[in-house]
Amino acid sequence: MAYKCVVLIKQVPDTKRITGDVMNDDGTVKRSALPAIFNPEDLNALETALEIKDRFGGHITVITMGLPAAAAILRESLYRGADDAILITDRRCAASDTLATSYILSRAVKKLDYDIVLCGRQAIDGDTAQVGPQLAEKLGITQITYVEQLIELSGNRITAQRNIGNGWQQVKAELPVLLTVIGEANEPRVAAAKKMMKYKKASTPIEISEKIKAENPKADAAEIAELIKLRSKSLEEKGLLIKQWSLDHVEADLSWCGMSGSPTKVHRIQSVVLAAKESKDVEPTPDGIADMIHELIEEKTIA
Amino acid sequence: MANFFRDNSDIEFLFRHIDLAGLAEVCEEGFRFADEFEHAPRDAQEAIENYEMVLDSLGRLSGEFIAPRAEDVDRQGNTLNEDGTVTRPRGTVEALEKLGQAEVMGFTLPHRFGGLNFPNLVYSMAIEIVSRADAALMNIFGLQGIAETINAFASAEIKEKYLRQFSDGKVTGAMVLTEPDAGSDLQAVKLRAFQDGDGSWLLHGVKRFITNGCGDVLLVLARSEADRSGGLGLSLFVCESGPTVHIRRLEDKLGIHGSPTCEIFFDNTLCEIIGERQRGLVTYVMSLMNGARIGIAGQSLGIAEAAYRVARDYASTRKQFGVAIEKLPAVRDMLIDMKIAIEAGRALLYETSRLVDLEIAYAKQSENPPQDKAKEIKNNARKYKRYASMLTPMSKYYCSEMCNTIAYDSIQVLGGSGFMRDYPVERHARDARITTIYEGTSQLQIIAAVRGVCSGTAEKFLAELAELDYDDEVRDLLAALAEGRKLLEDTIPFVKERGNDYMDLYGRALVDIAVDLIHGYLLCGQASTKVKMDVPLAENGTARNGRTVSMKERKAMVARRHVTRHAPKIAALAKLIAAGDKSTFSSYEAIIGPVSAQ
Repeated sequence: MAYKCVVLIKQVPDTKRITGDVMNDDGTVKRSALPAIFNPEDLNALETALEIKDRFGGHITVITMGLPAAAAILRESLYRGADDAILITDRRCAASDTLATSYILSRAVKKLDYDIVLCGRQAIDGDTAQVGPQLAEKLGITQITYVEQLIELSGNRITAQRNIGNGWQQVKAELPVLLTVIGEANEPRVAAAKKMMKYKKASTPIEISEKIKAENPKADAAEIAELIKLRSKSLEEKGLLIKQWSLDHVEADLSWCGMSGSPTKVHRIQSVVLAAKESKDVEPTPDGIADMIHELIEEKTIA
Repeated sequence: MANFFRDNSDIEFLFRHIDLAGLAEVCEEGFRFADEFEHAPRDAQEAIENYEMVLDSLGRLSGEFIAPRAEDVDRQGNTLNEDGTVTRPRGTVEALEKLGQAEVMGFTLPHRFGGLNFPNLVYSMAIEIVSRADAALMNIFGLQGIAETINAFASAEIKEKYLRQFSDGKVTGAMVLTEPDAGSDLQAVKLRAFQDGDGSWLLHGVKRFITNGCGDVLLVLARSEADRSGGLGLSLFVCESGPTVHIRRLEDKLGIHGSPTCEIFFDNTLCEIIGERQRGLVTYVMSLMNGARIGIAGQSLGIAEAAYRVARDYASTRKQFGVAIEKLPAVRDMLIDMKIAIEAGRALLYETSRLVDLEIAYAKQSENPPQDKAKEIKNNARKYKRYASMLTPMSKYYCSEMCNTIAYDSIQVLGGSGFMRDYPVERHARDARITTIYEGTSQLQIIAAVRGVCSGTAEKFLAELAELDYDDEVRDLLAALAEGRKLLEDTIPFVKERGNDYMDLYGRALVDIAVDLIHGYLLCGQASTKVKMDVPLAENGTARNGRTVSMKERKAMVARRHVTRHAPKIAALAKLIAAGDKSTFSSYEAIIGPVSAQ
């Protein structure tokens, strides 16, 4: 039986590349100074969906909420084998915390027909791991978090193995289900040649509009609107139009979105200055290493 | 995030330096496929964008997925099971799955069979990138010439049956040519092909040393004309693995352990003929071989690049006598020569691949040329065929010999550590060793290339290279190259007077001179590039200080060192050839003596 999967993805700053140069004085990160990437565990979630599609057939829709630039990771998903892509972008989404985000995403997912919803466990910018579970609650479906392996999928039953830190747990559930997937689950495939060649031109309405304006600096508003309509139509016919939804599209209650829907308050930001105060040479001998391990255990750095 | 395309500034430079737009134009036949196939490009710019995206994706797959598995693949090797099936190393199975998903198994196949329709030049880049990650994997990734041969010569039905499966990565293939008594001399092939009562072809006999012989689709060279000896008695067939195709043995080899080398017994295996009878060896296998030779040259470059990088890294961190060993003149000298030898090989292979693309394009055009251009197209087709036939064996010869030198020198740079299996250089050296042997030994490549050198093709090609635009910066180098050409021109009549035996006796010297001169011109061309690109300078091995040099200036240094250091070698080789020494013939029996009685 074929399965309809929805994968939720996020564009994040590449926090692995954080250096002193990209930090603000208040301890926050200059997001624009870091390359924007596909959140790594979301790629694992997408890979799990692709493996399901490879084995059983079906359809994959990817959704991201973010700035217009997040269309890049939607294209990345199409390059790997997703069938449909939706960008939720709306100024009124700004400042959403995990509660508001999961609410908005739930509104979007409810518009779709699905068997399995997949998310990465967590995003490397916030590291909360809250959006997936909150989304499952709002959709009213079963959740299996920390999935490291899909054991079985048959009819409307799924068995998945969760990594619970000090061991694992196999969970059986009925569909529909939401999975949050961890990095150990798989090694994501790279972008596929022909799909890249095709989908590199896939665009959102915002991108089409910006491109047309840049190409026709002297055209008036009506001409621009007409050109946008034509280009959008031609892209849609080729399956290259990325859907763009606003909060109105998903019929969201605005009081649950953005700042007003976000109860999270930042209590304190701790500015961690990474500077070595003292250093110690460890001899590269069995004795030297043994001494170091001993010291780290005593200091409870490692257990 | 290792990316074997992005981290190689020379490949990235050549990607921009070489006229890819021109190649895209001919490969896409004026971009006429765009309306029919959603992934086909509309113009040259889009085609180049496609090439770059695909190389980027493959570079990442090679760096992050394939390379980390290569050591285990080498240790595990393939296993022949009791039921005659072959179990591949786990890393190879996983890599093949990812390559299939990446849609790169039909690199040069036409759009209509699910291929990318990319130029051979871009395919050569891809083969180098994959081989750097795992040389043995190239023997599957780089065997796309099998599908290409089916595409070029087989019937429409056979194409329909197999090509899409190849480009989808669902099947792998093998070139089933060698037999116990037919290695370099394929005219001696004995495996029997015969027709049964209803005209179906069947194969019977043994093949040996078959790379990936356990693959799904086999191209088999067999004797279809029982009463006819030699090459004209042979035809080419295609069959599938199955109960009548028995893998009898897997060879236990020095290197490329990930690539299974099979002995196959065909027990009346049903097959189909490719193209026409009797053209199997003389037309089809020759074409297949030429593609495979380009592939081996790419594989060699990849191995050389991998080995060099280990040595370069080690030399900057290993301290002896209180300094990093790269500060020591002898080590420094090895590293700089290694780096330049790789760049020279890459220049030669990419130029060869470009000429092969032009050869194919003009051959295709000359099948149905517009009247007013028929003559020009025909002339071009003939010219590029001649150039490609000379440069293909030259590339295979130079790159494979070069990668052996580099792999050995890399071990040398690492000293005792290089001899240990803790570092990958010993694997690179073992993997390198086959490259001068299979798809025609170096000695056979020289025989193929020296005909071109002595028949005027090399002179014509060099004269064409000399006519290109160069910067004033390299004028003196061009003068030195012109002197070299004069020496070569003077030598050739002397050789010809003495006949074919003498030509083959000094074949290596003649081909070496020609290859050195071609390298010289190509590197001077790179030093005259219009590409603006900066590359980091090393400071104690790293690029930390942010200082850069333009690729153009850097290439001028490379060209200068290469040309000035090879000029005396060219002179010495020319002198050797002109000395007329035939002691190899006259003194062999006396110097070598008889085989010992035991």
